Amino acid sequence: MANKTSIDVQQLIAQKRNKKLKKYTEKVVPIILLITAVVSVLTTIGIVFTLIFETFEFFKRVSIWEYVTGTEWLPFAGDPSYGVLPLIAGTLKVTAIAVVVAVPLGLGIAIYLSQFASDNVRRITKPILEVLAGIPTIVYGFFALTFVTPMLQKVFPSLELFNALSPGIIIGIMILPTIASLSEDAMSSVPNTIREGALGLGSTKFEVALKIVLPAALSGVLASIVLGMSRAIGETMIVSLAGGSTPLFNLDVTTSLQTMTAYIVQVSSGDAGYGTTIYYSIYAVGFTLFLFTLIMNLMASWVSKKFREEY
Amino acid sequence: MAYINHETVAKKLSVRRLKNNLWKNVFLLALLLALAALVILGYRMISQGTAYLNWEFLQNFSSRFPEKAGVHAALIGSIAMLAIVAPVSLFLGVGAAIYLEEYAKKNKFTQFIQMNISNLAGVPSIVFGLLGLTIFVRMLGMGKSILAAGLTMSLLILPVVIVAAQEAIRAVPDHLREASFGMGATKWQTIYKVVLPSAIPGILTGGILALSRAIGETAPLVVIGIPVIVQFLPTGILSEFTALPMLIFDWAKRPQEEFQYVAAAGILVLMILLIFMNSIAVWIRNKFQKRY
Amino acid sequence: MVRAFDEVIEMNKEKDVQVISQQQAKSVFETTRLNLWYGETHALKDIHLTISENEVTAIIGPSGCGKSTYLKTLNRMVELVPSVRTSGEIKYRDENILSKHYQVEHLRTKVGMVFQKPNPFPKSIYDNIAYGPRIHGIRNKKILDQIVEKSLRDAAIWDEVKDRLHENAYGLSGGQQQRICIARCLAIEPDVILMDEPTSALDPISTLKVEELIQQLKANYSIVIVTHNMQQAARISDKTAFFLNGEVVEFDVTNKIFTNPHDKRTEDYVSGRFG
Repeated sequence: MANKTSIDVQQLIAQKRNKKLKKYTEKVVPIILLITAVVSVLTTIGIVFTLIFETFEFFKRVSIWEYVTGTEWLPFAGDPSYGVLPLIAGTLKVTAIAVVVAVPLGLGIAIYLSQFASDNVRRITKPILEVLAGIPTIVYGFFALTFVTPMLQKVFPSLELFNALSPGIIIGIMILPTIASLSEDAMSSVPNTIREGALGLGSTKFEVALKIVLPAALSGVLASIVLGMSRAIGETMIVSLAGGSTPLFNLDVTTSLQTMTAYIVQVSSGDAGYGTTIYYSIYAVGFTLFLFTLIMNLMASWVSKKFREEY
Repeated sequence: MAYINHETVAKKLSVRRLKNNLWKNVFLLALLLALAALVILGYRMISQGTAYLNWEFLQNFSSRFPEKAGVHAALIGSIAMLAIVAPVSLFLGVGAAIYLEEYAKKNKFTQFIQMNISNLAGVPSIVFGLLGLTIFVRMLGMGKSILAAGLTMSLLILPVVIVAAQEAIRAVPDHLREASFGMGATKWQTIYKVVLPSAIPGILTGGILALSRAIGETAPLVVIGIPVIVQFLPTGILSEFTALPMLIFDWAKRPQEEFQYVAAAGILVLMILLIFMNSIAVWIRNKFQKRY
Repeated sequence: MVRAFDEVIEMNKEKDVQVISQQQAKSVFETTRLNLWYGETHALKDIHLTISENEVTAIIGPSGCGKSTYLKTLNRMVELVPSVRTSGEIKYRDENILSKHYQVEHLRTKVGMVFQKPNPFPKSIYDNIAYGPRIHGIRNKKILDQIVEKSLRDAAIWDEVKDRLHENAYGLSGGQQQRICIARCLAIEPDVILMDEPTSALDPISTLKVEELIQQLKANYSIVIVTHNMQQAARISDKTAFFLNGEVVEFDVTNKIFTNPHDKRTEDYVSGRFG
């Protein structure tokens, strides 16, 4: 085997073979990588434990029953009360408006892009829509407060400066790309053969979209809506700027309100001393918020798994 | 007797076609509305903000006089925070992605990590703020520093970075790995010398997009308690600082109308920074598109 | 090398193929009772095969017969499939490579491989060739330059690429890419080269060039080639093994396999009746 060249590569390799170092690297590197992968798990554990411990501290001072069923959230009053329902009502009001805005628009866009639009339109439009998802929420909040609210006030003069309508609409626009793009993916993954089969029977494109594609893509569409809702529930800056800080337990969308997230921001920007009941209350509210979004996220993945069509 | 009366079908067909065209335009309208929202938003920010956007605005510290207010400390602060977030989130994210794609066996534990990552991506950013406040600011005693904020933001964008890196690594064709193994390369040599170089454009593109999310996030910074009025530049990673979104938030809340214009100018600075970062991502993607 | 055809044919009457190869030359690989499973699928069944030094051994057979699997077992690339199990023995130069203690990286520096689809790295031509030496610790620029030039010359592609060594290998044609891959394999001067249908993705002219190259390489290397193309096996190989359903049906001197096979199934296959 020798004498192939003036230099014998195999012999050089044999000289250079540093078995120990190589073996060492091959053993250590996967461990380091595993640790980096475990960081994400540790983050979740950190979140859950932080929330549970501090919430536990809160419930030493406030009864769970009052927290869960109370309809008054007045932590800064002389005689404070901690009923979370007004904050939840505020969150749900805004989320509902966002859904009313985002679902029809999002589905309309998804159907248009997957059924009617040419490839070029789709290629140009999708990244532009993604830009909507990339705009920082503080920018949206500012836009809601300084543009949308004054505009709505011209239409509804009774609308307060802080209200549910304006941030709701803007959050709807913010989650629009999520719903549109995930629904579009679900609709585009319906095989063309099924679509062509229906078109071949003389259906119009609209009929195919409504009667064939939408039902077939339903799981993906539902999952996208639930994910959008989860993002709306967790949205913070838009409601902090344009929603106000008046926790009220009602269904009025024209008056000032407070969401769970906005309450946490209100306390954090003020000077709630460490160790006070108010300080611990943000963890209780944060935990409630976490549970809401966790349930929504699990529901989204359950829906998309459960009803996945097999083609 | 025929089951289908072709005359009736033909009559109905014109109605159906009308309906089809009508709805098509309704759907198109939805798309145009979304695009219009983007255009109006952009126009508003530019028309409101340009008046205050000048060289002094970038040079001045925050002030209670709108004409003297500036983003100097916040701009430097945001970039300094990015200097923590970028290495930390890329190291952790790419490491986890390599582990999951190249080393992990397809078992329950791997599934668990993967599911955990997708759930973590759905946790509201404000909750990450609570985590940062408890762990980094208080427990580890980092205070309201660049380091505390940077680590919190790193964890916030970690799921996005991991998923982007996983996709990039998965896109590297197996035949390249085979070629490397076939030469007697070890697993890590193959990953380090073949897989990663091929995946790096995708990793960077996704990474930069994630970083641009970190730079625009406000809620975690508010919860951590990052101050707004800062009249000095950060001196180290444990120094207190302020960030662009914090300043915008503060200005937007102020009652004087002039501050709305200052806030819009701040938003323009933030958006220019974001556009700059996104352009780099797009440039990388186009430069390295499809090479195998 | 002396090829005693008559002698071979004589001895083959006893159809003890192992005896022949031992007579002919030193063996590189000796496979005994090799079995291989992908999960529940029994892909290789009781394989006995001996591969000799400085010869071209062709492996033919219909798709799914296990010929590629066998080839990839010779440098243990088959292990990249997670659910693989093996039993039996493959001795490479008297050491059992299927043993747990055998270092697989070491094996692969001795036993190089050329793949079905040209698979250069998305790097420059130079870096492609230098990849092997570099990962094995050779960093001296002068030595690397020499290795690159020699490997490219040996792969008969030096003249075509010498002025563009630092351009991306993906700028080359498919046939050139495949010869770059062969050169990349030669750069660490392996003992054996495994080729997995190396010309199946190439046009006829490129195929011819690669076949000529294989003939030249035979002087210095032992080559095992899996091919779909029976004419190719007949043209370039010294010995041929016919695989069917995971078994070796017949292994013999190429001439014999194509002109006077012992087994009816081999005859059917080489005469084009199936496969």
